[in-house]
Amino acid sequence: MEEKDTDIEKEEDMSKINELIVISGKGGTGKTTIVSAFASLAKNKIMADCDVDAADLHLIMNPEIRHRENFIGGTRAVLNQDKCIKCGKCIELCRFDAIKDDFCIEEPYCEGCSVCSYFCPVKAITMEDSISGEIFISDTRFGPFVHAKLGIAQENSGKLVTEVRKKAKKLAEENKFNLIIIDGSPGTGCPVIASLAGATSVLIVTEPTLSGIHDMKRVVELSKNFSINPSVCINKYDINIELSKKIEDYCMKNSVDFYGRLPYDENTTKAMVARKTIIEYSSGEFSNSIKGIWIKLEEKLEI
Amino acid sequence: MIISIASGKGGTGKTTIATSLALSIEHGQFLDCDVEEPNAHLFLKPEKEKVETVSVTVPEVDMNLCTHCGECGKICQFKAIVSVKKSLLLFPQLCHSCGGCIKACPSGAIKEVEREIGIIESGRVKDIEFHHGILNIGEAKSPPLIKALKKKINNSNTVIIDSPPGTSCPVITSVRGSDYVILVTEPTPFGLNDLILAVEMVKTLLIPSGIIINRSDIGDREVFLYCERENIPILMEIPNNREVAEGYSKGKTLVETLPELKEKFRELFKNIKRS
Repeated sequence: MEEKDTDIEKEEDMSKINELIVISGKGGTGKTTIVSAFASLAKNKIMADCDVDAADLHLIMNPEIRHRENFIGGTRAVLNQDKCIKCGKCIELCRFDAIKDDFCIEEPYCEGCSVCSYFCPVKAITMEDSISGEIFISDTRFGPFVHAKLGIAQENSGKLVTEVRKKAKKLAEENKFNLIIIDGSPGTGCPVIASLAGATSVLIVTEPTLSGIHDMKRVVELSKNFSINPSVCINKYDINIELSKKIEDYCMKNSVDFYGRLPYDENTTKAMVARKTIIEYSSGEFSNSIKGIWIKLEEKLEI
Repeated sequence: MIISIASGKGGTGKTTIATSLALSIEHGQFLDCDVEEPNAHLFLKPEKEKVETVSVTVPEVDMNLCTHCGECGKICQFKAIVSVKKSLLLFPQLCHSCGGCIKACPSGAIKEVEREIGIIESGRVKDIEFHHGILNIGEAKSPPLIKALKKKINNSNTVIIDSPPGTSCPVITSVRGSDYVILVTEPTPFGLNDLILAVEMVKTLLIPSGIIINRSDIGDREVFLYCERENIPILMEIPNNREVAEGYSKGKTLVETLPELKEKFRELFKNIKRS
């Protein structure tokens, strides 16, 4: 009975941790620039990079890695040429065209489904763990940081995202922090879905372009599928004021919180080259606007 | 000849390059394989001629025939079919459509049924045949839709593929079978970091590649130094230009804003073909 009570308490504690995930749909709208600015502004938080496919946040965070571990994303078929009788059963059954006519397995195309191994009459194919990435826990000037690297041409980025989030949660508990800020992936597919499931809050960074709006609408819908009401901010709003207005109208009509506009500012690139957050680099309009967005997020997250 | 336009980092200008290349060579097929966030149609504005749905196959079990032997659960590596005592649990979203459970079932209790994951829209813009895929919202896996889209390829054509960002399965599926990959980057620390990943990816896939540096006068020189060090050809440099950015925001392609670039794209295409 006592044990059960502790479990419940633990669960309540866990639920106090806010996970803010920053996504965009379209790539290159400024997610990482904004997330790194939040790293400068937020206190008592864990930072995490869930754009495991093309992770960039570490370039600004300058992490000192204190723990690293391999990520096993799945299994891969390995063929023992000495046992193989070249009957062709595997080639016939593989739906991913991963086995060439000369019975070589093309690793990037193997899904790890094990059909070839299961049906091989001479058991010449075994399924072996495939190390498809690495997870890091690091110290940074902004506090603890969890990040990862997916191996080249590897899959299961969704599972890696889930692992990164688990590690970040554990770190938050250990440090008694109630906030995790996550840099997300572009798109709407598995890494994004893996980062949204169970998240507390979503910030969508869009830009006033037809592509930016098109892609924003898709991630708004996706967030709503997860019962999360996202907030939106516009980067480079002055590239097209008219479309920026349209985005704000869209947000109003769809009861999406609109949190602010950020100007086109070459300092964002200069800050990146200097490996600094925009807050560290410049105190101009961009930095001021992002502070405004952060204040609204703090209110929403009740931190 | 199939040319894919890819990049590690998103937002570097894949669609800008792909659409401008297509409009410069004025023929062939255009496939927008960024099915999670397809954008090329906003620029090419093709006339829609056909819409078709794309499905994947998932197992369906006839419980009258099931003997609860557990073989299906044993072969499934994705926990899409789980055998628990006297019942079977199915998770179609996790299924990779490998067909293993169907073949492993000794009593023929499992058959394949279709589950819709998205659509393919086809049309034309001038002499260019246009196709793109749209993945249903909430659908995690794009590769099956990308594969279906790529069935539209007619090998006697020049084919331009606009790939998704990143370096993992959706990209691999898109660029597989290409004769050449154009990697688009920008000369910034993020651009370089993701370019290196993309270069490694095309090397793994044994596809020849070259680089286009977009907004070539921003950031620093590291991308140029990297290309020199690694002996990777720089196919084109496009300086940062507010007029281009504003045009882009309204769905205007690069070669519509700067028509003089058309000749450069034709030249680039010829050089790729020759190599």
